[in-house]
Amino acid sequence: MTSNPASVVSARNLGLTFETSDGPVNALTGVNLDVVKGDFVSFIGPSGCGKTTFLRVIADLEKATAGTISVNGMTPEEARRRRAYGYVFQAAALYPWRTIEKNIALPLEIMGYSSEDRKARIERTLELVNLSGFGKKYPWQLSGGMQQRASIARALAFDADLLLMDEPFGALDEIVRDHLNEQLLKLWARTDKTICFVTHSIPEAVYLSTKIIVMSPRPGRVTDVIESTLPRERPLGIRETPEFLEIAHRVREGLRAGHSYDE
Amino acid sequence: MREESFLRDKLLPISTVVLLLVAGWYVAAVFLNAPFERDTADRAGTEIGFSEILRNTMAQERPVLPAPHQVIAEIWDTTANKAITSKRSLVYHAWITLSATLLGFGIGTVLGVLLAVGIVHNRAMDRSLMPWVIASQTIPILAIAPMIIVVLNAIGISGLLPKALISTYLSFFPVVVGMVKGLRSPETIQLDLMHTYNASPAQTFWKLRWPSSMPYLFTSLKVAVAISLVGAIVGELPTGAVAGLGARLLAGSYYGQTVQIWAALFTAAALAAVLVMIVGLAHTAVLKRMGAKP
Repeated sequence: MTSNPASVVSARNLGLTFETSDGPVNALTGVNLDVVKGDFVSFIGPSGCGKTTFLRVIADLEKATAGTISVNGMTPEEARRRRAYGYVFQAAALYPWRTIEKNIALPLEIMGYSSEDRKARIERTLELVNLSGFGKKYPWQLSGGMQQRASIARALAFDADLLLMDEPFGALDEIVRDHLNEQLLKLWARTDKTICFVTHSIPEAVYLSTKIIVMSPRPGRVTDVIESTLPRERPLGIRETPEFLEIAHRVREGLRAGHSYDE
Repeated sequence: MREESFLRDKLLPISTVVLLLVAGWYVAAVFLNAPFERDTADRAGTEIGFSEILRNTMAQERPVLPAPHQVIAEIWDTTANKAITSKRSLVYHAWITLSATLLGFGIGTVLGVLLAVGIVHNRAMDRSLMPWVIASQTIPILAIAPMIIVVLNAIGISGLLPKALISTYLSFFPVVVGMVKGLRSPETIQLDLMHTYNASPAQTFWKLRWPSSMPYLFTSLKVAVAISLVGAIVGELPTGAVAGLGARLLAGSYYGQTVQIWAALFTAAALAAVLVMIVGLAHTAVLKRMGAKP
């Protein structure tokens, strides 16, 4: 297998071992993976399967201990230095002393965008996540879902083609989550970004993705890669179609195969 | 939730405590000053009744414990009835002490913040400096204050600065400890975010660590400003009691002027209260500007 030139992320035999006081822990072993430009890739698996670790390796927040990985054809560190990706964490991680628009301005200030450019980008991204008119509010004045949308706006504000999302809707209730999933798909269609999305919800993974990576723990590894046959245009109702249920079934089977429940 | 009422929630509880304290103080004054009245009567060979003891203990010239109204009268006399440039004016002495306090507090705050920044950003400083910072506070200030005054005098520095440096010696400590904690208070996720932006250490400092540390800074400053005043007063004791609240305390104890001592003590306490209050107001104002929940 050689690296595909259209690959945004390309991993070969990737491994990561954490040295802990209880001895080494294999967080990832033998991961081979390609994320193609424009893909929406979901990573799904139980806790400890290394899905978040893999995302953090792409983001250069962790260093791989074996194998190779390239992001936009560079090492993760080079890619980070060139600000190749936006990262959305499990929690919104908004700075409480900054208003929403100032929070979105944060990466723009750091990357040295001019103040007019900042203004235009703030307005555009607030509109993208349906938060127009909330720019002057402080984070505590917004609901959890709105805060998470603001953090997505912050990741979209600068020119990175890759969006890394680590269980961004994990802490939200299902109604808000459905709504945000729908909005995220629209946003993906409008912005033409490549998205890597970590989740432990099967419906979420199937609904959002063009490609689903099923992972399993001890040691963290990829057990199945499912190319979705669903069309790009996806109303919420698609989740009741037989095609959707069939993919969901395959994901569930993959999860079950990789995980012994007797432990 | 019921609405907060100034009368019920603030004035009533506070004034109750004050009243109880004053009442207890009067009782203690009578009790402690009575032996002197009995001795005087014994020496004169006269009998003294309780009502007379009660009256006399309230108006002794050098009581063991002066009655509250004596202290208040002394404070009034030495503030309102004296020109503020007079050496008998408490305002004059309070200003001398206050200027040393504020200078020492200023230097202590700057020094404390700089040390904390160094400790947070440099492992070697963290390891080598922190034990010394803590050790510095285990030395009794009363022992080291005269040494500082003498040493600085020997190299030609006298007046305000030596006293201010004793304030600094005490006040930098809470600032270092508070700021080290404050600058380390950002969550991992907030620091990771800066890392993904490839932010420089300076950007991480000014946009994340510094704003995060503000609540810690002001909490430390409240402690620091109060002990700065203590430092300035202690610094005035070995200088030969020339001027300042410390000098008033020392002079009062030389001549057995207990009323004067208590007046100076109360002025110092009031000054400390005002200083802490000012820092508290600044705290509220800064947090409000930073969008804190009201």
